[in-house]
Amino acid sequence: MKKLSARRRHPLAALVVLLFALAVTGGLYAAFAPADKAQADDTAQSLAIKEGKKLYAVGCASCHGTGGQGSSDGPSLVGVGAAAVDFQVGTGRMPAQQPGAQVPRKTPIYNQAQIDQLAAYVASLGAGPAVPGKDQYSPDGADVGKGGELFRTNCAQCHNFTGKGGALTDGKFAPTLEGVDPKHIYEAMQTGPQNMPSFGDGTLSSENKKDIVAYLDAVNGDDTASPGGLDLGGLGPVSEGLFGYIFGLGALVAVAIWVAARTTKAKKS
Amino acid sequence: MSETGRHADVPEESLPSERTAHDSAPVKADNPFADPGLPAHEHRIQDIDEKAARRSERVVAYFFLLSMLATVAFIASYVVFPIDKIVFIFPLGHISALNLSLGLTLGIALFAIGAGAVHWARTLMSDEEVADDRHPIEAEPEVKAKVLADFAQGAKESGFGRRKLIRNTMFGALALVPLSGVVLLRDLGPLPEKKLRGTGWKKGIRLVNQSTNLPLRPEDIAVGSLTFAKPEGLEDDDEEFNNKIAKDALMLVRIQPQNIKDKQELEWSHEGIVAYSKICTHVGCPISLYEQQTHHVLCPCHQSTFDLSDGGRVIFGPAGHALPQLHITVKDGYLEAVSDFAEPVGPSFWERG
Amino acid sequence: MSNETSATTTRRGQAPRGERIADWADGRLGIYSLAKANMRKIFPDHWSFMLGEVALYSFIIIILTGVYLTLFFHPSMAEVVYHGSYVPMHGIRMTQAFESTLNISFDIRGGLLIRQIHHWAALIFLAAMMVHMMRVFFTGAFRKPREVNWLFGFLLLVLGMFTGFTGYSLPDDLLSGTGVRFIEGVVLAMPLVGSYLQMFIFGGEFPGHDIIPRFFTVHVLLLPGIMLGLLVAHLILVFYHKHTQFPGAGKTNKNVVGMPLLPVYMAKAGGFFFLVFGVISVIAAIASINPVWAIGPYRPDQVSTGAQPDWYMGFAEGLVRVMPGWEWNFWGHTINFGVLIPILIFPLVLVAIAVYPFIESWVRGDKREHHILDRPRNAPTRTGFGVAWLVAYFVMLIGGGNDLWATHFHLSINSITWFVRIAFFVGPVLAFIATKRVCMGLQRRDKDKVLHGRESGIIKRLPHGEFVEVHEPLSQEQLHVLTQHEQPTPLELGPELDENGVERKVTRSQKLRAKLSKAYDGEDNIIPKPTVEEYKEISSGHGHH
Repeated sequence: MKKLSARRRHPLAALVVLLFALAVTGGLYAAFAPADKAQADDTAQSLAIKEGKKLYAVGCASCHGTGGQGSSDGPSLVGVGAAAVDFQVGTGRMPAQQPGAQVPRKTPIYNQAQIDQLAAYVASLGAGPAVPGKDQYSPDGADVGKGGELFRTNCAQCHNFTGKGGALTDGKFAPTLEGVDPKHIYEAMQTGPQNMPSFGDGTLSSENKKDIVAYLDAVNGDDTASPGGLDLGGLGPVSEGLFGYIFGLGALVAVAIWVAARTTKAKKS
Repeated sequence: MSETGRHADVPEESLPSERTAHDSAPVKADNPFADPGLPAHEHRIQDIDEKAARRSERVVAYFFLLSMLATVAFIASYVVFPIDKIVFIFPLGHISALNLSLGLTLGIALFAIGAGAVHWARTLMSDEEVADDRHPIEAEPEVKAKVLADFAQGAKESGFGRRKLIRNTMFGALALVPLSGVVLLRDLGPLPEKKLRGTGWKKGIRLVNQSTNLPLRPEDIAVGSLTFAKPEGLEDDDEEFNNKIAKDALMLVRIQPQNIKDKQELEWSHEGIVAYSKICTHVGCPISLYEQQTHHVLCPCHQSTFDLSDGGRVIFGPAGHALPQLHITVKDGYLEAVSDFAEPVGPSFWERG
Repeated sequence: MSNETSATTTRRGQAPRGERIADWADGRLGIYSLAKANMRKIFPDHWSFMLGEVALYSFIIIILTGVYLTLFFHPSMAEVVYHGSYVPMHGIRMTQAFESTLNISFDIRGGLLIRQIHHWAALIFLAAMMVHMMRVFFTGAFRKPREVNWLFGFLLLVLGMFTGFTGYSLPDDLLSGTGVRFIEGVVLAMPLVGSYLQMFIFGGEFPGHDIIPRFFTVHVLLLPGIMLGLLVAHLILVFYHKHTQFPGAGKTNKNVVGMPLLPVYMAKAGGFFFLVFGVISVIAAIASINPVWAIGPYRPDQVSTGAQPDWYMGFAEGLVRVMPGWEWNFWGHTINFGVLIPILIFPLVLVAIAVYPFIESWVRGDKREHHILDRPRNAPTRTGFGVAWLVAYFVMLIGGGNDLWATHFHLSINSITWFVRIAFFVGPVLAFIATKRVCMGLQRRDKDKVLHGRESGIIKRLPHGEFVEVHEPLSQEQLHVLTQHEQPTPLELGPELDENGVERKVTRSQKLRAKLSKAYDGEDNIIPKPTVEEYKEISSGHGHH
């Protein structure tokens, strides 16, 4: 002990302590964080709720309460349904990393099997919207034109004409819908995550929702055409104005400099 | 000022002897700040070496040739590419092959003409700077005197100053005659009368869901949801649909009754279902960026923010008054209006009161 | 073509064919006298003198492409159901204006390209006018005799803004329709006559069926017609006044140095038209603008976030966005200040820069012609005012795009709005002070360069061990450029008593003028330029270091 205390003023002491602290934190995190592999194999349907409950106790209970009753840090999950869990956890929004104006989308930390277990558990707490089936959100057989009209009436005010996202009050925002799984878009409409209002079947019929998903697939999908060229983010006149100034006027000024410059003079070296 | 360049392939004797632009005018002893005058003209390589000049000539011709080729390519693209052909080109994305090829070939055809002409001017036309004198714009005093005298004589001969009756009646006629034009504009539109005051809502009109086109029941509207409604009987293919929906558009949200702060709002709601005009009171954008947790609704045009749990009060932005609320009730299981809006919807106007 | 007289002349005189045609025209139009003064007219070369040309050429491009677009565009608000080539719009009700815009984009080969050239050229036209105006402002090119031409240019800018706005509205898409609704709100906000004007402009209640055809006439005939007239007048005055020039060797207030119109300037300016057209075509080939098919047709109950006008109206948009919501109700009447104040400030800010030349010449008591351009540092008050104006303008542009700033920089829209509200008043003041100080610093550096030469970057060690940097003396041309400017002295009120000992009457405007003049040209703004004596003393004394 004496040796240790003698060295505590060593120039490297602080570094050693820091490394030690980091190792301990990391180790603890590894020990307590939701483990991917350990749970992944066991997906037996009958055990789903039970497994979900275990996952819930580790990853969710600290904010949402041990029985999903909610706390000051997170809302009650009773009756939110499997769709809400599938959306929140499947888009990586939950578990939330830090408090802020809004919880952003990130890489999910649970795999789909675990999400299904969690969803099964939360659904068992109280009835709510179920995870939609593939036929409900697949664009096949949908009316894209009608979907566009519905999107402009119900969604574009926050998410922009083609779902590029937009601002809300006090730092909140409607996220871009680019690259979002159609299933998650459907679930978001069903459940109304965070500050988004919900669009239940009384507001938008399931057919309406299907049309909307199909419209988004047509205008904001991976190979949506922008016939005119670069879409400049699809943000409208602001990005067009910037582009016009920087590349349009910029190129013309460069040309003007060439036109007006004096031609090189011949000179003996 | 001028750039200098080396030209290894020019015979030494055909180059002018080295000098700078300022050698011709050494700093004068008496006034070192005086204008040294135009520097002597210096030759370009093309002025003294015919080979270089011919090179420039060829470059200009190449530009014009390139333009011709590009025009041919433009016509070819017009014929070859179908209008709906989409190609992927990095980094532009999935774009129309026709638009890209027409634009690029047209651009090259035009740019090459310009580049050829400018290169011609820069390398082959004389680049000797010359000075041109400016002349004062103001007239000489005798010219001015002559003009004033002419004017005075003209004015006198017309009797304009003397015969005041003619002058005054003429001014009167000229002032009145444009009025005909103004009067003719009267039929541009009707008078406002009470048009801006009322909407299509009145007692007993059901609220119809804009998305499903079905009459709304209270149970359709969950807490935290957002629904847009129109008056029953207003169809999308109605001739005046746009004029009517511009005033009638409604948004419905459901707030837990205990969270509604405004007493009248609670009275005009049905079990927490409140119906507000979708038309912003600032300049009339359809306001509908509803945040279900805060009950704030934001306008995407100018960010006026209203609190739907507090009588539609303005809490931020340029709007001057609260969103009008529609008094609703339930009859036979369907939501319907109790009356029209109590105040005009949309932006304010002078007679609004 | 050839009548009898000219045919006989030819046979006898053997004049070449071109000359005969010119003779014919001269006998009727007097072209020789016209060409005598103008054919070899001198134009100085500088890239910044070509910004106005960019504007001119993009205007011509807009007219050419605009005529093409009218061949296919139906300015009608009659409604149709779409069944054209663009699938995601199938079955949607829209006006013929919107439908024909879709057809131009998807069914007419090259139609999309021409639409995009038209719109890009419009953005560049206004950007070029704006930057051209800044060049003229900061170099003082607006001074006598060019004040009237400055006003013509200003009117062109304002009319260009409104022509652009009406054009942006024509496709009747959801974005531009939202802009038209804004116009309705503005018109309604007019005290007394608002609701009447609204009914007259829209032919009834909003949106009605008349506004697109009416905007069409305004966009393709009324405004461009006026602009064309102003443009011709603007160019005639440029020819008549002869171009300004930057100071330099051999350049005086009484001459213009450059190259003749024929052939050099003709080739360069003519070529530049093709260069501008080429660049804009390439931009229209690679970058999409106003993709109305993604935006959808206008319906008064629909809207999208990111609802902005084209950039030249962004400044007005900002004013409207950051205005607090003030409204007065009295005796049954309402005044909507939330709209009224911004649309009053909007023209005021524009007029502030338009009338500046007259204010400056009055304050300075300057009645002389100026053909040599100022270097901006030598007019710190003007430069400071210009930068302050630009700062106010750009702060409002930020306000106009506050939602996109918020999403792209993860900020709160409310904080940005508050920032803009404060910065609109504070920013220009700070910018004015900072710019003036920078100008003064640059004046000091000029003085230093004149007296001590240019820092060459060569370090020399003297025999006794001291290190010095070698300063190269400037050439006479450089000395001339750095010292040629005038340094006006502030106007004086004069003695209180006149020569007869009677107290002179000094009007309030004279007092104000003397005060302003001192603020313009007083000691705080001027580093006295080096005199010949100072220069000689230093250069003949201990050499340069």
